[in-house]
Order: sequence, then C-alpha cells, then structure tokens
Amino acid sequence: MSTGPSHAAGEPLAELDDLRVWFPAGGGVQVRAVDGVSLTVRRGETLGLVGESGSGKSTTGLALLRLVDPTSGHVRVGGRDVTRWSRRRLRGLRRRVAMVFQDPQASLDPRRTIGASVAEPLVVHRLVDSAQARGRRVAELLELVGLRADLAGRHPHELSGGQRQRVGIARALAGEPDLIVLDEPIASLDLSVQAQIMNLLRALQRDLGLTYLFIAHDLAAVEHMSDRIAVMYLGRIVETGTPAQLYRQPAHPYTAALLSAVPVADPKVERRRRRIILSGDVPSPVDPPGGCRFRTRCPQARPDCVEVDPVLVEVAAGQRAACLYAGEAVRAMRGGPA
Amino acid sequence: MSSTPPPAAGVAGTGPAAGDADAPVLAIEDLTVTIGTRRGPARAVAGVDWSVRAGQTLALVGESGSGKSMTVLAATGLAPRAARVTGRVRLLGEELTALPEPRRRQLRGRHVGFVFQDPMTSLNPVLTVGRQVSEACEEHLGMTRRQARDRAVELLDLVGIPLPGRRVEEYPHQFSGGMRQRVVIAMALACEPALLIADEPTTALDVTTQAQIVELVADLRRRLGTAVVWITHDLGVVAGVADTVAVMYGGRIVERGDVDAVFDAPAHPYTRALLAARPDPQHAGGDLPAIAGAPPSPLDLPPGCAFWPRCPVRGDARCEHELPPLVPVAPGHEVRTFCPGGEDA
Repeated sequence: MSTGPSHAAGEPLAELDDLRVWFPAGGGVQVRAVDGVSLTVRRGETLGLVGESGSGKSTTGLALLRLVDPTSGHVRVGGRDVTRWSRRRLRGLRRRVAMVFQDPQASLDPRRTIGASVAEPLVVHRLVDSAQARGRRVAELLELVGLRADLAGRHPHELSGGQRQRVGIARALAGEPDLIVLDEPIASLDLSVQAQIMNLLRALQRDLGLTYLFIAHDLAAVEHMSDRIAVMYLGRIVETGTPAQLYRQPAHPYTAALLSAVPVADPKVERRRRRIILSGDVPSPVDPPGGCRFRTRCPQARPDCVEVDPVLVEVAAGQRAACLYAGEAVRAMRGGPA
Repeated sequence: MSSTPPPAAGVAGTGPAAGDADAPVLAIEDLTVTIGTRRGPARAVAGVDWSVRAGQTLALVGESGSGKSMTVLAATGLAPRAARVTGRVRLLGEELTALPEPRRRQLRGRHVGFVFQDPMTSLNPVLTVGRQVSEACEEHLGMTRRQARDRAVELLDLVGIPLPGRRVEEYPHQFSGGMRQRVVIAMALACEPALLIADEPTTALDVTTQAQIVELVADLRRRLGTAVVWITHDLGVVAGVADTVAVMYGGRIVERGDVDAVFDAPAHPYTRALLAARPDPQHAGGDLPAIAGAPPSPLDLPPGCAFWPRCPVRGDARCEHELPPLVPVAPGHEVRTFCPGGEDA
C-alpha cells in the first residue's frame, strides 16, 4: 500500500527515546504512567508490548500517535522528531500511524453507518475527490477485512463483535498507514472469534507491508503475533527479546513470574507446574519504589536492589533485561524451593 | 446480599450432613430458561443437567450467549424477572423450585456464596469492608455485632489480605482490584457456604492476580470442603481449577466429563475447534485454525445442532435439522453430537 521501494524492512519506523508521560493527579502529585521508556519499532515487524494494568503500555501506544503529550523525551516517526508538532502537522502523522482500540462498540459512532465511519479518514485526509470514489474505496476496505461491501449501510448494533472489530480495522487502514497501534484488539471478543481477527491482522501485515505495535495482556496471543516483545512494569520496560527468548529463557524475574502465571489449557501441565506467585499488588505509579521498581514484589530482591535503578543491558543477542541479577535471579526462583 | 431482617433460624448444620458426602450439594435437572424480549422469546438455557459434590469444582465453559451464567442465576433463583424457569434444582437435597422466594432467599444466603466478575457489583461503596463481610454473619449465623466483626477480621486474614485488623475499617475504594475480589470472596465465605458460585471471578484481573485468586479458591475448597461452580470462557483457567467440565453452546451442554477426558479426547467438534483455535507456544507461527462466524444469538437458534452453521465437520446429514442427544462416549464423558471424535473434514 504505502511501502515504497525506498523503505528497507527492519529500519526504525518509530522510536521513543527516554519518554516520560506524567499526568497530574490532584493535590500536586503526578501519576508517572510512562517513566523513561526507550523503544524502537522496526519497519515490517510486530512489536508486542505486554504488561499488567497500570504498567503504562496503553499510554506508551497513545504517545506514539501523540494522542498524549510527553512530559519529556522524544517521539520519532519515520525519522522525524514529532515530539513538539502542532495539532495541524499531527493530522498528517495520524494518516501514517493509525490505531485500533479494544472495544469496537465504543470506538464506532452508534448513529452513523459502517460506511460513514470507514469513510471518515478518507474525508479528513482528502483521499477521495467524489462521493462515488468514496463509496468504491469503502467497499474495497470492507472487502479487505473480510466483510461484505453491502454492510456499509448498516449500523454498528447490527453487527457481531467480530464484525465490528473488522470495521475498526478497515477504518484504521483507510489512511494507508505504515504503522498501526493495536491496543488490546482481541480482548473483548469471544474466544472462537479471536483467532479469526489474529489471522486477519497477520494476513494484512503480509499483504500490505504493515508494521504493528501490538499491545495486549494476553501473553499467548502476543507470543503468537509478535516478532519481538517488550515487557512493561510500572512505567518502565524491564525486558525485551524474541518470543522464544522470553518464553524459554526469561532473564527478568518479573517476566518469569508473568509467564508462570499464564494458565495452560492442559490439566496435566496445570497440576505439575509450579507457579511463581507474586505477593501483594503493583505499587502506586504516583510514588514508585526507589532503586528497582520491581523489588517490592520480587522473590529474589537483594540489598543493592534498593540502591540501584537497573538499566536495560544485553543478556543475549537481541535480548535485554533491566535487573542487577538478570538470569541468575530467574534460575534461583525456578530451582529454589516452592 | 440482601437486607431483610435476620431470620429466626439457628446456626445448625453447615454444608451437607456427614455420611452423605457423595450426595450432590447442588443438582439441576432439565433446567430451561426462556426470556421474553421485545424481539420475541430468547431461549437462553435448554434442558441442562449437572451436579456438583462437596470439595469438587465444576467448570461451566462457554462463550457469550452460551447460557453458562444464566444457568446458575436461574438455578439459584436470581434470574431476571422476565425469565421463565422450568426444571428441578436441589440444593443440599431440598427442592428449590417448589419453595416460596423468602425461604429460597434464606437458603441461598445461608448456603451459597457468590463471586462475580466485577467486585464492585457486590460491594457497597459507602460501607466499610468489615461491615459488609460481617453483615452476613449477623443475618445468617445469629452473631452479635462484636462477634461478627471478629469473624470479618478472621475472614480477611483467611483470604490473604494483609493487616486485616486495620483494613476491616477501610472502604472498597481503598483496595486494589485484586484485593476487592478477595473481600468479595471473604463475604461469600462468611457463612461457610456449602457451595461457592464463581462467575468469571478473574476475568477483570491481571494474570498474576488471577494466579493468586485461583490458588486461593483451590486452597479454601481443600480446607473447607466447599463445592465450587466456576464459570469461565478461559480454557487455561478450566484446566487449572476443574474436576469436571461442562461445555455449553447455544444454551445447551454439548460436552461434559472429567477434566482430563475432555481435554485429552475432546469429542464435540466445537470443543475440539475451541481448543485448536488457541495460540499455542509449542506451535508458533502460521495461521490459527479459526472457527468461522460468531456464536448464535439465543433469539435465533438453528433447529438442529446449534454449532452446525460453523461446524468444520458436518459429518452427518441429520445435524442441520435434528438435535443430537447427549450420549456417553466413555465412562463419565458425554457429548451431544452425531459425529463424536470424528476427524475434521
């Protein structure tokens, strides 16, 4: 679609550089939703972003589209620093970077037809010059996501959840984006429909050369969809690597605990497995712990974890972890007494 | 759960009487629920049977509209007013459907604990959590306020809330999502119910919190011998919590049996397709074997097998127009299909 011959696969398409997004929370305190995140999304890849509620993964996605204003740090898209761009200039950016939301019910206007919702980006970005061309393009987009073109005249409530999410994807494709931020795109769908949408997203990526930032809490889905995964905890990235690296040899204790908590659809495996049960809750992002942010729940926390705020360091080719005892701590957790 | 004045009933008898440990705590038979809607009658549940014994967990699995939640709400007398419920429901040997609502409510309050997906639907934001946990003890166990408060502290401790003596004075908004769900579980357990009904109790929680709640319920069930009905759409959770499984589709049970039998040898094309459609870390890459279409609406169910329009097998000409009966495929393993265990086309 928009992948010209001049673009090499694998080059950085979007970058976050030491990004902070703090929100005022009243009483002079700040919620540090994103607190020092550096991340590169490379052209043609799917980067999975996982983390629990409050980890800052959705805010990170919004920052890539400049739908929230960074407190500090930089956002670069296609090599251009868009951190301070005006609303007017951002309109062009939002054609190149689109978003698909969790709940297609909430992101589609219930009073407008499917066709009108899909056509909106075409009109805003002046991509069609006649009503006829608009209708043709809407039909094309609906067929691209596996819907019949005659659904254009229907309203969202007449569609199933899976069909509505297909409309959300068609709308995101309307501006011919390079990058799509997918924020929990399958979380509100029935299990039997989730696989359809994952297959569709992969097929579109293959056919159109799209790049995805796939944000989800469903680790099995992220593993299936992603070329690389970044794990977030309390506003920071704690580990990055390929799905195989993170699943077989996680280096950060949080990654290991998160993966061990995911239930497996096999009763025999479930009976045998030893979960790493984390105690307590995620601390408040208003006042994150000093030193390592995970130390208050880490089964392997040691005295210097209070003192030192660990940075991401390479633990294997292409795998980085922010832990003073990367690797070692996970081995101790897995080998130690239950 | 309710605000009726405390009944005169005493504290006697928690759970099923000793000696009939094999008798079901809850048994439902031929349960059917039809709901009148503006677009006509919706048959939410049709001819459902199952039972659960003390210390056992039955997992009810299904997607939206499968009837899994409505089955349990109707069985315990909590179905919406527009619902017409038929069939038999026995709680600790007592036929519930024959009882007047006040008596039914009393039995429910005393012997059944509920945990729903969103803890805030069960919690009152303007009462302390201690008050909410102790209310049931006063109402159903005849405790004094003082005794009930001590019991609330005990229960908060039991469900793993740190500093229970202090937190008992706090309000729901002062608790995290996971801790609120623990409070709801403490409320549900206040009267040491014979039966715990957990309707998607971990769906709104993060996976590390989910693991905590799964362990907590398993531990309580072992220690207190509570029977558990766990409603979920997550097959991973089912594998971790269930002794027996009932898979629902279009308001009916399509497969049920021992958890190992259902996962090792799923016999219904729907169960097999559902298990296959999950991304599996062992087989990464490639397309997932997705199921076409969407689950049927209870307003518009097909005449034969409800899964027929989406079925990848369609191994028998009868499937489209004739409802297959629920028949055994192995001891303790039943399936509602004309083509059990058949190879996918």
